[in-house]
Amino acid sequence: MASGAKPRVKVPKTAAAGDTITIKTLISHKMESGQRKDDDGNIIPRSIINRFTADFNGQNVIDVTLEPAISTNPYFQFDAVVPESGEFTFTWYDDDGSVYDTAKKITVS
Amino acid sequence: MTQRIKATCAALAVACVPGLMPGIAVGDPDDDSLTINGEIAIVTEAAAPAHTENLDTIYSGWRFRTDETQAVQMDDFDNPGMIGVENAMVDWATADGAAGKSCADCHGAAENMAGVRAVYPKWNEEQGRVTTLEMEVNNCRENRMDAKKWKYTGGDMTDMIALISSVSRGMPVNVAIDGPAQSTWEQGKELYYTRTGQLELSCANCHEDSYGMMIRADHLSQGHINGFPTYRLKNTKLNSVHARFKGCVRDTRAHTYKPGSDEFIALELYVASRGNGLSVEGPSVRN
Repeated sequence: MASGAKPRVKVPKTAAAGDTITIKTLISHKMESGQRKDDDGNIIPRSIINRFTADFNGQNVIDVTLEPAISTNPYFQFDAVVPESGEFTFTWYDDDGSVYDTAKKITVS
Repeated sequence: MTQRIKATCAALAVACVPGLMPGIAVGDPDDDSLTINGEIAIVTEAAAPAHTENLDTIYSGWRFRTDETQAVQMDDFDNPGMIGVENAMVDWATADGAAGKSCADCHGAAENMAGVRAVYPKWNEEQGRVTTLEMEVNNCRENRMDAKKWKYTGGDMTDMIALISSVSRGMPVNVAIDGPAQSTWEQGKELYYTRTGQLELSCANCHEDSYGMMIRADHLSQGHINGFPTYRLKNTKLNSVHARFKGCVRDTRAHTYKPGSDEFIALELYVASRGNGLSVEGPSVRN
């Protein structure tokens, strides 16, 4: 696991049914591109988050492929429509096979 | 054309008489107001303290930034400086050094440090000199925790200062300049008005005489340090006060003082005092 990878998400706690809500996510990750060299001229191996997904009550909301040019601490902001109360689950996939996830509940009235 | 003349004046550090330069500078502070997370009201404009002789009104550097940059600081989730704060929270609670103590063991919650950032640099009776927050952190690390000192402008240190600042956000900067701190303050003032380097620029030439103008593509602020540590979009990390001082002095093409040196401590006290009345903003977001 890449050191210091820590997911953060911001989801409103409540919303009205059918509302479009804004979700913000960020994971701290160095996103080493694989294009850089160290002091001895050796290539520093690529180590990035390569995929990010968000699901709501088991239904996929967004599925993103990340490429090496994306900078440190990738941040996503997107909108989602929430028809009912439930839970968002967020998952980040690391090149080294690590998977980071976090979840947030939302109450729809 | 007016802009061009002004720019030339600033570059050559010729004394520009404002009366001779009609027109509105494009870099003047805007009228936006700052509230962080919708709850922490930040004072970004205040009457200049009496000892800030050549300014009538002091403005936070936030007011000189574009709306987009300003917005990043208005929400902690968007503010990348808060990642440093979170890193420091881990350090705060983690024991380090031979004494086996963490910051939290003595100080409790980080929130207990509210108000501390606002009054530093400050006279330290025990040491008989003015100390900065960084020096106090290292003082704790060396003498109470028996741990290795942190580098003055290093990442761990700057993150920790960001944490300590973050719990004071919204409180007015109020550093003491009288009593035993006075001679240090006067040394800082002397430095502020002393031209350095091949370009022969003093702090005042840019931040007092020319704030609101453009310095190449950037707006010159009044150079207050209420927003430090500052997350700069240009280097994507938190920057400490002394690192910024060093950058400024370097830009005048001078040999700089060292971060943590007596000169920069004095300058920090003086510059902080010029912003007495503005809110603590750190970690702020700037260009």
